[in-house]
Amino acid sequence: MNSTMHNTAHLLEADFALFDSWEEKYEYLMDLGRDLKWPEGRLQADSMLIPGCQSRVWLDHAFQNGKIEFFAASEALIVKGLIAMLLKVYSGQSAADILAFQPDFIGRIGLSQHLSPTRSNGLFSMLNTLKSTAIAYQNA
Amino acid sequence: MSAPLAPRFSPPPLIDWAGIRADFPLIAGQDLIYFDNAASSQKPKVMLQAMEEMLSHSYANVHRGVHSLSQKATDQYEAARKTVARFINAADEAEVVFTSGATDSINTIAFSFGEAHIQPGDEILLSGMEHHANIVPWQLMAQRKGAVIKAIPVLDNGSLNLESLDALMGPKTKLLSLVWVSNSLGTVNPIPYIVQKAHAYGIPVLVDAAQAAPHMPLDVQAIDCDFMVFSAHKMCGPTGLGVLYGKRALFENLPPYRGGGDMIDRVSFEKTTFQGLPFRFEAGTPHILGAIAFAAVLDYLSNIGLGHIEERERQLSHSLRSQLKADFPQIQLIGTAPDSVSVVSFLLKGHHPLDVGVLLDNQKVAVRTGHHCCQPLMDRFGIPGTVRASLAFYNTEEEIQRFLLALRKTIHLLR
Repeated sequence: MNSTMHNTAHLLEADFALFDSWEEKYEYLMDLGRDLKWPEGRLQADSMLIPGCQSRVWLDHAFQNGKIEFFAASEALIVKGLIAMLLKVYSGQSAADILAFQPDFIGRIGLSQHLSPTRSNGLFSMLNTLKSTAIAYQNA
Repeated sequence: MSAPLAPRFSPPPLIDWAGIRADFPLIAGQDLIYFDNAASSQKPKVMLQAMEEMLSHSYANVHRGVHSLSQKATDQYEAARKTVARFINAADEAEVVFTSGATDSINTIAFSFGEAHIQPGDEILLSGMEHHANIVPWQLMAQRKGAVIKAIPVLDNGSLNLESLDALMGPKTKLLSLVWVSNSLGTVNPIPYIVQKAHAYGIPVLVDAAQAAPHMPLDVQAIDCDFMVFSAHKMCGPTGLGVLYGKRALFENLPPYRGGGDMIDRVSFEKTTFQGLPFRFEAGTPHILGAIAFAAVLDYLSNIGLGHIEERERQLSHSLRSQLKADFPQIQLIGTAPDSVSVVSFLLKGHHPLDVGVLLDNQKVAVRTGHHCCQPLMDRFGIPGTVRASLAFYNTEEEIQRFLLALRKTIHLLR
């Protein structure tokens, strides 16, 4: 079990718990989205698009020293916020840790409605892509 | 003393719209603002009652049994066909085929008409505002037959460029398939004029009335279209049921689309002969329950009066449009054609439609966001999609006010 991932998830949970209303939760989520930056100079190509979202979502990664770093962008602010939340937890971790981690924190934050495979925000698809990337590096 | 002047306009009839709203169990007394009627509309109690009644008392397969129950079910199913024929003023109920929806209806004609009449190099004319359901079936057929798809261009205000019609229609044009009311913009196309124009070139016309049938009186003979399609579920009826109307002269000579039971005359392994209209196009057991429930819904709508429904929906959507225009400088209306009904499509400048949709959803407002299955149209406007509010007669002015408040809050949250 990777304690960094769990700690980050707990911190996110604690942050969201500060807000009582859905309005504040979403404002915070969108703030997270505003802070999500695609690295300057890095190519953002159509081949990085994730299917299943109404807004376009790009996801790329770099593998270094046994860790996978993820980069993401989206046209929609709420989607960016959801991705930013995921990347805070998943980016910079090893393939094994990524695959072992259960993203229960999303439900505890109160955003699990976005996780349904049939929702068109791409969060489900995003999680799957994070995991399939990890599978590719499992034996690396 | 002079005679009193006759009033120039008759006063509007008093319709109990609040009572009508109460007929819809899912929304009656709820604080959900359901503005996603173009995707699918809510169902009145009469539909539920018709289904229960049928299943409790007269359910059996149709056109098959000699037993009384099957005959009872067949009578009801065929009566439903008559109700549809009356609703669209078809000359003959055999011209009414039940399908699984407007999409299925278009696929049927694209296949059957393609088989019968399309040669390599022939052209099918569509428009730039078609739903994918009125593009893809024709593309599939065109690939098979070597035909060419052309499209009437869309103007900046979301209406069709009618001046292009003469240049687009010619001896190679074998069919025009056109939407009456745009599901993305609400634009009402001048179908009678366009049909007349196409007929002058000898071109038959299919009218996609999926977004027209819920909102206005239909008269296929007055419009003089050759085919018309629509879906029951968008006009308060059940899902999985649609209508394909075809003018007999053209329709009855088309080959079948699907094979199966009920559509055959005689089957042997050497040769099978087919039934005439309408059964030739109803392979397999049809949506019996759906057709009967739909007939009850059509009676319900006719009772209110499609003219009254149209008037109310035009009023409601005009009210929403004009308030968005007057009070929301941040809002860009997409589609501002002079004639529109029900649908109000817009963008919040600088924000993705999805963000607007999610924040509205949190305030119990159901709208659709995205490309509305009209990617070529979205490309035409250079946008990824829109936020679409689509109104039905059971919506209210009070809901529009609450919607506008929710939109204000959304704008505030996204600032």
